[in-house]
Amino acid sequence: MAANSAAGTAPAKGLRAWLNKRLPIDEFIASQLRGYYAPKNFNIWYFFGSLALLVLVLQLATGIFLAMFYKPGEATSFDSVQFIMREVPWGWLLRYLHSTGASFFFIVVYLHMFRALLYGSYRAPRELLWLIGMLVYLTLMAEAFMGYVLPWGNMSFWGAQVIVNLFGTVPLIGPDLTLWIRGDYSIADATLNRFFSLHVSALPLALLLLVLLHLVALRTTGSNNPDGIEIKEKLGPDGHPLDGIPFHPYYTVKDLVGVGSFLVVFAIVVFFVPTFGGLFLESPNFEPANALSTPPDITPVWYFTPYYAILRAVPNKELGALLMGLSLASYLFLPWLDRSPVKSMRYKGWLSRTALALFAVSCLVLGYLGLQPPQGVYVVLARIFMVLYFAFFWLMPIYSRIDRVKPVPERVVYHAH
Amino acid sequence: MAEHAAVAGEAVDLSRRKFLTRATIATGAVGVVCAAIPFVESWNPSERARALGVPTELDLSKLEAGQMAITLWRRQPIYIVRRTPDMLTRVSGHDADLKDPNSDESIQPEYAKNPDRARNAEFLVVIGICTHLGCLPKQKFSAGEIYPSWPGGFLCPCHGSRFDLAARVFDGSPAPTNLVIPRYFYPKEHLLTIGQDEKGVAS
Repeated sequence: MAANSAAGTAPAKGLRAWLNKRLPIDEFIASQLRGYYAPKNFNIWYFFGSLALLVLVLQLATGIFLAMFYKPGEATSFDSVQFIMREVPWGWLLRYLHSTGASFFFIVVYLHMFRALLYGSYRAPRELLWLIGMLVYLTLMAEAFMGYVLPWGNMSFWGAQVIVNLFGTVPLIGPDLTLWIRGDYSIADATLNRFFSLHVSALPLALLLLVLLHLVALRTTGSNNPDGIEIKEKLGPDGHPLDGIPFHPYYTVKDLVGVGSFLVVFAIVVFFVPTFGGLFLESPNFEPANALSTPPDITPVWYFTPYYAILRAVPNKELGALLMGLSLASYLFLPWLDRSPVKSMRYKGWLSRTALALFAVSCLVLGYLGLQPPQGVYVVLARIFMVLYFAFFWLMPIYSRIDRVKPVPERVVYHAH
Repeated sequence: MAEHAAVAGEAVDLSRRKFLTRATIATGAVGVVCAAIPFVESWNPSERARALGVPTELDLSKLEAGQMAITLWRRQPIYIVRRTPDMLTRVSGHDADLKDPNSDESIQPEYAKNPDRARNAEFLVVIGICTHLGCLPKQKFSAGEIYPSWPGGFLCPCHGSRFDLAARVFDGSPAPTNLVIPRYFYPKEHLLTIGQDEKGVAS
């Protein structure tokens, strides 16, 4: 049995044996870590899943401590954040870790998603893995939005106003729905308190559950790899994939290198540029919320700006909100839109490669445009890149089918170091 | 289960079991929906929020002609402009440049759906929230203040939406409709009540 060989040749004794009789710790390590064979040709793109997990833990830890000092409420929120920044020992570090962690969460998740697009990790049999991942992403967006409201700065207030008003475009129930979400006739104490509750309890629980499901689904299908070849189809005499290596110790050690490099970059931002020039923490948010004064330009934090640019590019408010929703929902259809006979971009042709490159550029440009005032040439550009954004998804059934693909090798491409 | 059936010496009626299973699931589902009601309802405005959202009153006698007062009703800024005869003449004459000159697409009570968008043409009462993305438009009442043909009105500093002195939106603005007019009435001369009219209190 794999369990015995991995747990050591000699049967465990003493406390360890006592424990294992009651809780299958060794069996878990043997079957899920040492006995989980992952493709041996992972590259740098495969760091971001474990890094997302790292940031999640970091956000939970810093969040728990911030909640010890933060006081939700119109009269107390802004002051308690200042209190954390100025008077709580190391409070500034806790907050900057949390605020920088939020932005890095999205950086890591976006790179993780791009990896999936690059190597076709959303394709059968990993459709559900992709869908659960998208649910993680959507939950993360809700979590980040509500977290952004908590400091009760002026951008918190007006950002919440704009986002909640988006629900007002829902036909028939729109106005009642916004009133229900706010719990008042405008963004108020009631809104702030329910966002706090969701931000610190319901949504983190949902995130943890979804991440667990994501991992179980991953473990069930096994990881994809840069060649997009199913390694389970070529098994060795021992029953393990020929192109697989045990997750532990090979990938746990590799991921540690990723963690180390990540923390260097992360620490530089936390200690030297925590506001990141107004991108991670926007300057209007250093003023308390004020219902009688709007910031000169209401913009969301950078990770929402591509969608915000789409919202504003459409002259009709309802249609804008609809297209913004569709821009997110499009991801959910991806496993069924891709009709290419191959998974990985390595073997797809120039049509698919160009489409993905244009998509990545569109996201970046829309992200930039979402931070600019929606005037003149910015609106024209937003419309052009919005079309390119949607074309990537909805023309995929056509271009992925007529694209000229290269032959896929039998085994993964791997050069020993 | 099969063993029990064998002991009893008769076949199990599976259709009855199926019915009972489905009935149990259905009853449970109804129970879950009923139990969810208090949780969902708790998000509606509290009694305190409703009490603080009652109509608000404003004494207009101290408002000079050509001036604007801002008051809060349900935390929304309400602009009250006492329009001079000159300002009222500048409300008309540019209908061709407006998106919704007759306020057909805009939100206002029936009594404010006229060219002046007011019950009493002298006083303009609007919710000072841009119909684009919710910023507060600024007053630019002087003719020619923005460009030579500007008839006076409001300019939203966020995305440049322009409104005339009856809060009607100009073509080329990102705002889709005219500024919203709340329900209001004058219980006495120079006393304005916002959030209520003859038909009752605003929902």
